[in-house]
Amino acid sequence: MTAPLPDTTYVSGRGSGSTAIAAAGRPIAGSRRLSLTWVGLVPFFIYTGLFLFLPTLIIVVGSLTTKDGAFTTANFSGIAQSYLVKAFGASITISAASAAIGAIGGALLAYAVATGNPRGILRRTVTSASGVFAQFGGVTLAFAFIATVGYTGVVYLFLKDHGLDFYPKGVWLYDLPGLILIYTYFQIPLMLIVFLPALDGIRPQWREATESLGGGTWHYWRYVAGPLLAPSFLGCTLLLFANSFSAYATAAALITQGGVIVPLQIANLLTSETGRAAPGLAKSLALAMIVVVLVVTTLYTLLQRRTSQWVR
Amino acid sequence: MTTGAAGPGRGVEVRLDDLQRRYGNATALAGLTLTLAPGELVALLGPSGCGKTTALRLLAGLEEPDSGRVVVDGVDVTNVPANRRDIGMVFQAYSLFPHMSAMRNVEFGMQLHDVGPAERRKRAGDMLELVGLSAHAHKYAHQMSGGQQQRVALARALAIEPKVLLLDEPLSALDAKVRSRLRDEIRRVQLEVGTTTLFVTHDQEEALAIADRVGVMNAGRLEQLGPPTTIYSRPATPFVAEFVGLTNRLAGVVKDGEVDVRGARLPLVKPDTPNGPAIALVRPEAVSLVVDGDMVPGPLIGTVIATAFLGATSRITVDMGDGTVLAQMPTSEAGALSAGTRVRLALRKDPVLIARDESKPTEA
Ligand SMILES: Nc1ncnc2c1ncn2[C@@H]1O[C@H](COP(=O)(O)OP(=O)(O)OP(=O)(O)O)[C@@H](O)[C@H]1O
Ligand SMILES: [Mg+2]
Repeated sequence: MTAPLPDTTYVSGRGSGSTAIAAAGRPIAGSRRLSLTWVGLVPFFIYTGLFLFLPTLIIVVGSLTTKDGAFTTANFSGIAQSYLVKAFGASITISAASAAIGAIGGALLAYAVATGNPRGILRRTVTSASGVFAQFGGVTLAFAFIATVGYTGVVYLFLKDHGLDFYPKGVWLYDLPGLILIYTYFQIPLMLIVFLPALDGIRPQWREATESLGGGTWHYWRYVAGPLLAPSFLGCTLLLFANSFSAYATAAALITQGGVIVPLQIANLLTSETGRAAPGLAKSLALAMIVVVLVVTTLYTLLQRRTSQWVR
Repeated sequence: MTTGAAGPGRGVEVRLDDLQRRYGNATALAGLTLTLAPGELVALLGPSGCGKTTALRLLAGLEEPDSGRVVVDGVDVTNVPANRRDIGMVFQAYSLFPHMSAMRNVEFGMQLHDVGPAERRKRAGDMLELVGLSAHAHKYAHQMSGGQQQRVALARALAIEPKVLLLDEPLSALDAKVRSRLRDEIRRVQLEVGTTTLFVTHDQEEALAIADRVGVMNAGRLEQLGPPTTIYSRPATPFVAEFVGLTNRLAGVVKDGEVDVRGARLPLVKPDTPNGPAIALVRPEAVSLVVDGDMVPGPLIGTVIATAFLGATSRITVDMGDGTVLAQMPTSEAGALSAGTRVRLALRKDPVLIARDESKPTEA
């Protein structure tokens, strides 16, 4: 294994850094100063090395080897099995749906917050609550839903008593629609947090300038606020997509059998005791997920860069 | 809309009639009445918080008055929304649309007015040329300096050929040099297109330099409205006298329509001022300094402590023992007055104003 790789980066970074300190008395420090910057980034490199690149490397290597350590591409052809393709489809559907719902809901909420008093109680409450809810997940969240809108949940029973049965054809909470519903619970607050800065960047003068130039609300949204917010909105939606695409704990707590979505399939393949364990296949699935998330976050970064140049 | 910049004579009359506006308990405007003649540039001058921006926003229709009327070109527009008032505005904070090039910014208003693409591109080009930015037409706000952005904002406001142009401290974020150049440029453009213009500023130099008439505001009201020279040389109220230009505050005694300042008797702007101790407001220009042999210590004798060369004139600070007095005189005459020179004050017998009550001296 090539584990010490990040360490090498660390040593060379620190090495050139001390040169810079020694040379600090010299008047021109152009490239030397750059070295100092690298020193500051060392912890970041260690962190990403240990928790991002190393696992990725393990996954790449693992997905390309058999149990006996020989090279193979069979794990990748294995993804084409119908139950895995279906899991990918489900993962993408859930992520897209919960991202779309979360994005719209979160954006509307963020808009309400942004147009209110910047130091008001509403804004402070909503943003700090969102900070908490966006991190809420796993067993606790799953249980909260089961206890309220599950088949024996208080909300379900109450509404059923009052003539509204939202499980007319059986319980869907433990299936895809249920996952979408639960994911929205953290997607909406996450959207609020990531989208609010974009809304705050919108200056009131832009609306007033539009008005004084003869435009109404429609023109403002169509030509000014819309185009200004669209890249950020799309970018944040992609972030939400990546967020739910890689979510595991909540689904695992809610769905105890079968692998509806890819992360659950990976878990099954890694831990199955019935002889079906296939760590190589699990790793190739993980790699496929990494690729999807990579594409999505790249798009997100590009979109964010576009806005940040406007709203300086 | 008509075609092109139509030149002088296009302006309309604008009337603000007893405008009142409160925000909670704070009174922003306490009955503002002001009439702008067609094509005129009026500068609203006043300290921070006196209601200048509020006046502008009420005229633009961005806010509604509690009472009073806004009349543009003979039509009462008090209840007309901003986007149908045909009033161009340049904001204090930069307000260009950041996702549009300078050209697109200028075109945008015309697009909202259904001007065809070819026509509006041509006119946007003309407007950018008018403000001297033809070479920057393709640039975005973040690629331009503050001064350039405000010029584009001016072009954008003028491109729709508004009936009235409003400028809210458009230059306040710029450094002094750019500011004075740009203010002259705004004036040139305004004279060229002839749009009635209200220019808000808290910089008196700017107001006096650019305007046909200056309106000095204080606490939501207009204190005085008049040509710059009048505002400066014949301030109607103590507030105006102290706010515009430099003023010496000299202790004196009012007696029978005159004020006795250090033994010199000066006429009063308001001869009916009651007798008693008072502070006379005397412009530095009304103070000259003489050097002669006989410097017997007395109330009008002092010592030069500083000389500031202002170009054609110089400003001299004189220590009178109980305070300082500023004198402003032609540099040619001030040459000999180096620091330490003993001088005698000579006060010109211009009518003077008495400072407001709160500043009355306690001693006789
Ligand atoms: N939206 C608002 N809410 C509450 N008070 C306001 C609001 N707008 C203005 N005011 C108050 O009204 C008064 C006049 O404000 P205005 O903005 O017209 O002053 P100004 O003369 O433009 O000052 P400045 O030179 O600082 O721009 C101030 O006391 C201000 O605090
Ligand atoms: Mg203001």
